[in-house]
Amino acid sequence: MDPREIIARRVALELHDNTLVNLGIGLPTLVTKFVPPSLRVYFQAENGIIGFGDRPPEGMEDVHLTDAGGAFVSAQPGASAFDSAMSFALIRGGHIDLTVLGALQVDRRGRLANWIIPGKMVPGMGGAMDLVAGARRVIVAMNHTQKGTPKIIEDLTLPPTSERPATLIVTEMAVIEPTPEGLLLRELAPGVDVASVVAATGARLTVHPEVSTMPLGG
Amino acid sequence: MRSSIPPDGAASLVPNGAVVMIGGFMGVGSPHRTIDALVARGACGLTVIANDTARPGVGIGKLISAGCVARLVTSHIGTNPETQAKMMSGEIAVELVPQGTLAERIRAAGAGLGGVLTPTGVGTMAAEGKETMRVGDRDYLLELALGAEIALIAARSADYLGNLVYSLTARNFNPLMAMAAPCVIAEPNEVVPVGVLPPDAIHTPGVLVDHLVARSQTN
Repeated sequence: MDPREIIARRVALELHDNTLVNLGIGLPTLVTKFVPPSLRVYFQAENGIIGFGDRPPEGMEDVHLTDAGGAFVSAQPGASAFDSAMSFALIRGGHIDLTVLGALQVDRRGRLANWIIPGKMVPGMGGAMDLVAGARRVIVAMNHTQKGTPKIIEDLTLPPTSERPATLIVTEMAVIEPTPEGLLLRELAPGVDVASVVAATGARLTVHPEVSTMPLGG
Repeated sequence: MRSSIPPDGAASLVPNGAVVMIGGFMGVGSPHRTIDALVARGACGLTVIANDTARPGVGIGKLISAGCVARLVTSHIGTNPETQAKMMSGEIAVELVPQGTLAERIRAAGAGLGGVLTPTGVGTMAAEGKETMRVGDRDYLLELALGAEIALIAARSADYLGNLVYSLTARNFNPLMAMAAPCVIAEPNEVVPVGVLPPDAIHTPGVLVDHLVARSQTN
């Protein structure tokens, strides 16, 4: 299975019925493809909408209806639109149940860096700092390494997005939970063993006594 | 009644070197005809306050490409490599602000507040040079109000009293900016007779709007 699909399928299992979810641009957006149809999940986008859906058929797009990445979306029945102050009051005010974000690095405490590589790439933080500060749960969805170089490391070398640690880290190799005692390896992707996760990780991992195989949904 | 002016008339109200807020999110909900007129006029030295700079050739990206912008206060430039290159070369001074903080700083300016306290950015580069205040058991950054001389905004509909209605995700920063500058220039897709827009539906009261940018007679 494609690494991105493994990550998206596993993250989708973290969505609960009747919750408000914000997905970051890129890999996290894939999660929508694997939401069980039995769940009613409301997706929020920073640019001011709750309840957006798939891209409409060609020719039926509305130039005033996009997601936070600027891609055309649809509005599902019951959707609502609002301004940027309201959008971020929802985010900062603890009204978002879950956000799923990509990251460049995560440290041993679960703090993430995802908005700047000083001197090289300066995309800016956009809504990421608000999302990490305010969402009730923060899941980092990312490749385990950057072309073999560990992205999960003892200390961030890039500027952090927030002091607040993520709730969970999901990669194509493993599910890791940041705890006050350090990083806890909870699940392994099918066909992946503990030794290979440890080798691909630059921070100390505690292996959960009942480490299990990552469920990947239907 | 608000007089409607052509786009080049709107652009002539923006002096070189002005501090200008511009609505829109990735070009959605930006005042495109006014932006085109600013480029055509060769505006320069502008300080632009906006969520992002869209992409090269789109929305505020056109002002970046044309060299109209000297200073930029924004949350995200990742979609516009030209903005990043001009930041690196020193041609544009860029202040990056978390998006929710940018919205609240603009809202504060329009609401008569000196600033806001936000947990966003505590312990990060966004906190540099700012006062941290403890309220209860949590740290907050003191973020100061951010106003401008001129706000350039877009709307779906206006009437000739300047009442505005926005559309879907084209609303974004527009209603906040309509509060935060002494001169507000709104570019609606359509202007309808007074009385057509129901009072409950109006997002921005017309008293806040100084000028409407008209469609040309030919489009």
